[in-house]
Amino acid sequence: MSVCDDARLGFSDIWPAMIAAMPFGLLFGALAAGKGLSPLEVFAMSALVFAGGAQFAAVEMWASPTPVLALIFSTLLINSRHVLMSASLAPKLGGFSTGQKLAGLYYMADENWALAEKRARLRALTPAYWFGMIVPFVAGWLAMSMVGALVGAALGDPRRFGADFAFTAIFIALTAAFWKGRVTAWTVAAAGIASALTYKLAGPPWHVLAGALSGLAAAWIAAGAEPHRTAATEAER
Amino acid sequence: MSFDPLNLAAILGMAVVTYLTRIAGLALADRLTLSPRAQAAFDAIPPAVLIAVIAPSALATGWPETIAAAITALAATRLPLLGVVAVGVASVVALRMVA
Repeated sequence: MSVCDDARLGFSDIWPAMIAAMPFGLLFGALAAGKGLSPLEVFAMSALVFAGGAQFAAVEMWASPTPVLALIFSTLLINSRHVLMSASLAPKLGGFSTGQKLAGLYYMADENWALAEKRARLRALTPAYWFGMIVPFVAGWLAMSMVGALVGAALGDPRRFGADFAFTAIFIALTAAFWKGRVTAWTVAAAGIASALTYKLAGPPWHVLAGALSGLAAAWIAAGAEPHRTAATEAER
Repeated sequence: MSFDPLNLAAILGMAVVTYLTRIAGLALADRLTLSPRAQAAFDAIPPAVLIAVIAPSALATGWPETIAAAITALAATRLPLLGVVAVGVASVVALRMVA
């Protein structure tokens, strides 16, 4: 497959997620402007941090004077999941040069990472496919957060259009793509319950860490309780 | 249009820690030799993270969101990505009207 075709494939896989992220970009820009961030600062945050969840949490916490350390710590916690994500993706980046890895991973987000994992299960992950996903995805996020910052509160409440639920729906659909039977069922149950409980009891951003680690623990336990399947899986390798 | 020095410091700090989490896996993955059980846990990373991110929205917001999430999960077994999103958004709008 040519580089161009492969990049186009990346675009055709990412665009539903890109569209789903657009209302959030607008909302993020509008909320940030409401907290007194200048359009330039909004643009810098979207371009340099590029992490929706962490950016929303940061804008929520933004105050005067700026709580610099608290903002950085919250960002680190929410994005700690990226360590697991990039560790899982790293062995699949064989076709990337070191520079392509370091540049490409700068814009690794939940959506393009999940699509890359999905692609790697079928076919080798290529730089063309990866950059075909992230260039339009990042451009969309930047454009929408800028428009949001400029247009501000005129947008109204995205809940009216159910737009806030689009991310939930996308993540559920992506989870289905990773389904591997019983072990996944335990993973999803543990991650969901632990995350929701932690969210209620401790609040964000702890729910992501607690949910992800509980899901991993559940997979570990469920896989151990199933020696035959593990042996069979090993034999296939 | 301008940069407040403290705001700039916060944004740059957020950018640095975020990038570190994104490249940390490159250093980690080479050192990992996994048992079958650890491999199963590793394979569970994608669904565990995705569900942990959305669980508050799906389970701790209200019954319309919880039921819509269940409908979305059902749709995810048969439809492509955009179809799943359409079903999810449509059902949450409908259920919120009833609620």
